[in-house]
Amino acid sequence: MDILYKNLLAFSWQDMVMIMIGCLLIYLAIGKNMEPSLLLPMGFGTILVNIPFSDALHGPIAALYNAGIANELFPLLLFIGIGAMIDFGPLLTNPKLMFFGAAAQFGIFFTLCMASVFFPTIDAASIAIIGAADGPTSIAVANTLGSKYVGAITVAAYSYMALVPIIQPPVIKLLTTKKERMIRMPYEQKSVSKMTRIMFPIIITIVASAIVPQATALIGFLMFGNLIRECGVLDSLSETAQKVLANLITIFLGISVAFNMTSEQFLKVDTLLILGLGLIAFIVDTAGGVLFAKFINLFSKKKINPMIGAAGISAFPMSGRIVHKMGLEEDPQNFLLMHSIGVNVSGQIASVIAGGIILNLFS
Amino acid sequence: MNLLSNAMLFATASATQDIFFELGNFIHSLKYMGIGMLVIFVVIGIIIFAINLINYLFSER
Repeated sequence: MDILYKNLLAFSWQDMVMIMIGCLLIYLAIGKNMEPSLLLPMGFGTILVNIPFSDALHGPIAALYNAGIANELFPLLLFIGIGAMIDFGPLLTNPKLMFFGAAAQFGIFFTLCMASVFFPTIDAASIAIIGAADGPTSIAVANTLGSKYVGAITVAAYSYMALVPIIQPPVIKLLTTKKERMIRMPYEQKSVSKMTRIMFPIIITIVASAIVPQATALIGFLMFGNLIRECGVLDSLSETAQKVLANLITIFLGISVAFNMTSEQFLKVDTLLILGLGLIAFIVDTAGGVLFAKFINLFSKKKINPMIGAAGISAFPMSGRIVHKMGLEEDPQNFLLMHSIGVNVSGQIASVIAGGIILNLFS
Repeated sequence: MNLLSNAMLFATASATQDIFFELGNFIHSLKYMGIGMLVIFVVIGIIIFAINLINYLFSER
């Protein structure tokens, strides 16, 4: 009986709070369908690591963490799956859309400035990358920089990605007029040759890696996945990367990120601050894309619907769909989907490059 | 009582975390913002050029 009391009395209120946070993540995953594939394993992992004397923390979860997160292996393997899922066709037909993807990374660098007011440079840079709106990039960058806030950064990145449909529309509406939101952008269907689709991932890897070598692994694994998809001779591998590999890694990634979700590491004022800064990053990303599109409109004869700039954050494909939906709300005949998805996939590339730039500047 | 003292300990610990308030760091970090945005636009510009080139070279004419 003594052992029973000893174990039960070992629960501190901090452990209980963390277990409640774990339950909340599970509720958000199941009840609200918010990034369930990641939030559910993460929530369950949080429960596992906050039980006093738990053998899970220093046993299997620590082993998974060291095997796949400490060396950035899991996020990179996940990138193969993501690359295999993405169709870069809309981008290849209108490459200029990539500039919107670049502009929408403004939130990362603005948040870097904001975060440096409160945190040491390395942690500020790691927090800023929440604005990449890309979980694997956030984990990889924060880990490479050796930030102790990887857990909070991952929670913020994935939570806000799931909250994109709530965060983006008010920002877009605030920065655009109804007239601007009604600008139609007819889509000119152009065919993209198979050779172009094959050359694209190879050239992107070489160009981006040559200029930002620290982004080689991130961009390389993303483009490798896309090459498997587009080459036409590895359909079964492509399917495996898109489904089995991506699902398996997501399970391991989610549960092993919980290694950083212990009460000692998570229950701090710092965590609340990180969540706040992450929200700022998403808002400024959105604003950056929209304002850049408005700026282009000052000089362009062919007007661009500024809403598509907001799709430049890399939360794929939610952001592209939101812009399309908002366009339809203003004008039922305004189909922005192909443009917004084009900007959205360029945001995916731009966010990885931004991650590489952050690593280049601070590692 | 135990809970209260725990809470007070936590509050004290939280107040002495690594966070600080140094407004001057914002200005200092602006150069990273400038460099970062410049590099990202340059890289994207080169990628756009490369895509246009491969579109031109390998288009189905």
